[in-house]
Amino acid sequence: MNIHEHQAKAVLKSFGAPVAEGVAIFSADDAAAAADQLPGPLWVVKSQIHAGGRGKGQFKELGPDAKGGVRLAFSKDEVISHAKEMLGNTLVTHQTGPDGKQVNRLYIEDGADIETELYCSLLVNRETGRVSFVVSTEGGMDIEAVAEETPEKIHTIDIDPETGVTPADAAKIADAFELSGTARDDMLSLAGILYKAFTEKDMALLEVNPLIVMKDGHMRVLDAKVSFDGNALFRHDDIMELRDETEEDAKEIEASKYDLAYVALDGNIGCMVNGAGLAMATMDIIKLYGAEPANFLDVGGGATKEKVTAAFKIITADENVKGILVNIFGGIMRCDIIAEGVVAAVKEVGLQVPLVVRLEGTNVQLGKDIINNSGLNVIAADDLDDAAQKIVAAVKGAE
Amino acid sequence: MSVIVNKDTKIIVQGLTGKTGTFHTEQALEYFGTKMVAGVHPKKGGTTWSSGLESSAELPIYTSVGEAKDATGADASVIYVPPAGAGAAIIEAIDAEIPFIVCITEGIPVMDMVKVKAKLEKSSSMLLGPNCPGILTPEECKIGIMPGSIFKKGSVGVVSRSGTLTYEAVYQTSQVGLGQTTAVGIGGDPVKGTEFIDVLEKFLADDETESIIMIGEIGGSAEEDAAQFLADEAKKGRSKPTVGFIAGRTAPPGRTMGHAGAIVSGGKGGAEDKIAAMEAAGIRVSPSPARLGVTLEELLKG
Repeated sequence: MNIHEHQAKAVLKSFGAPVAEGVAIFSADDAAAAADQLPGPLWVVKSQIHAGGRGKGQFKELGPDAKGGVRLAFSKDEVISHAKEMLGNTLVTHQTGPDGKQVNRLYIEDGADIETELYCSLLVNRETGRVSFVVSTEGGMDIEAVAEETPEKIHTIDIDPETGVTPADAAKIADAFELSGTARDDMLSLAGILYKAFTEKDMALLEVNPLIVMKDGHMRVLDAKVSFDGNALFRHDDIMELRDETEEDAKEIEASKYDLAYVALDGNIGCMVNGAGLAMATMDIIKLYGAEPANFLDVGGGATKEKVTAAFKIITADENVKGILVNIFGGIMRCDIIAEGVVAAVKEVGLQVPLVVRLEGTNVQLGKDIINNSGLNVIAADDLDDAAQKIVAAVKGAE
Repeated sequence: MSVIVNKDTKIIVQGLTGKTGTFHTEQALEYFGTKMVAGVHPKKGGTTWSSGLESSAELPIYTSVGEAKDATGADASVIYVPPAGAGAAIIEAIDAEIPFIVCITEGIPVMDMVKVKAKLEKSSSMLLGPNCPGILTPEECKIGIMPGSIFKKGSVGVVSRSGTLTYEAVYQTSQVGLGQTTAVGIGGDPVKGTEFIDVLEKFLADDETESIIMIGEIGGSAEEDAAQFLADEAKKGRSKPTVGFIAGRTAPPGRTMGHAGAIVSGGKGGAEDKIAAMEAAGIRVSPSPARLGVTLEELLKG
């Protein structure tokens, strides 16, 4: 789960990380009051959307000469005029896709005198199974480009979970940043703060880009991007409250209520599959036979009839869907439960498009009997190849 | 010869008394009499679990893994404990020095697995999973949730990050008559126990395993590492015909595809890189998940 920059900074601040003073606003009417709460003489007005590249982004409605999604203001009036121009408009960045994202909130922040910009992120290193600091002196830039062009400027420091950040680890990080004096002292304690925030809040990614050294020698978290491990949210009610559903696809929100792994895509063949690998492979084989999947959907191992029904409804609610492929290889998932769910859903919402069902594995005969005795117009398939060819043919035939 | 487990493997169940644990323990008992010997539950120690099978098999429940191991001489444990407690369950099994631990549970917080991994590295236990379907040696032993009916005793070693794609590979190699020595699902989480290389090493060492199917997916670099391992071993004269498949060619970057570990991020972990690495290592990569069996059959005919 992703959160906004201002929320991420509040979380980091609660652990003792140095962040600027700031105020989040949802209406331009609040811009003046927000600016008044901050000392000035420099303010930063930042679009709050769940995507990077905001500074270089363009507002769709404002034309190519307008300023981007992160703007400096040198007076209170300028804060207000930026807020009026930005709120409600659509920001397009290299991460949002061409449709962009509507800016519904802004973060008005106290400006900083920047001496040096650095890059610092924490993530779980899957090769070592440990939390890693990824650090570089090349802050404020696209880190993927740095990794591509100058990989020697990126340093990875793994942390032993049994010790946490040791003084030696913190020194390695400070060395990688080439820090001395006050900034170095700040970093030695900040390393532990960031690690504590990451592990205690079950973050999946904590990216501070840039992390800055100010002209007074102190360090500050200038931007922060945080996402959380969805599997750990059950133990973080405070983080759950930060979820902004306006940033998510409506179908994906509905799917998450039923604990379904669903990703909306652009094609026209809806898929309901058990198992993430088979669900991906089902998308791949649809493409192999010349069509495009409308979604990724893994009903999971412990699906109930209700969950399967909900999944089916989410697929049929997508108006791009011109055909549905149900592909189940039952292990922990029993074919009879899938069959009951599909039959119940079709009886409830009707069936306007071709439906191909392929069942194999645990309780396969029970499942096939339920489908066959339901009286529904279902195209049965013997194996995955057969199923993919049949649904692609049915959809192309209907066009 | 079987790989990792065989007909003598004695297994205890952590999370036996739940619905999932009960269903799959019954299935295991029915699968050539897999030696399920006990269950563990912190509050139900001293009671007995009864299956709903005609044989009305019963298993004793112990309070802890250590107690169950002492009483039964178990050499493996399978874990069906819900995600919030599964990390602690694995650590309990490691502390009890269970040699082979299989964790089926999906959805364990990554940070819990980071702690497990640190513990595991200092132990002599082998962990399979989590978020995996387990392991099955045909006609001998079934640990986990793989459907026994699709297996056939034979010569192919199957290893996969995906449960259901393991079943595809098993089903298809049964259909073409080759059968399997052992199928191992290593699981779809980013931080886990057994990796491809661990299993491939065992397949290379096993005389009855004549060929291999390896199924990967997007995310991480375990497939590239495994391909490099097979290429290095081949130079030493150790190689077996291998068919591969990578799921997720059509997955959009930056999105987690169901499995916590299945994500292309920062331009890394994409399917095409993995396929290229596997092909460079001499693995025949099947373009379709429906053609694993026939691709292997063609490869063996030469």
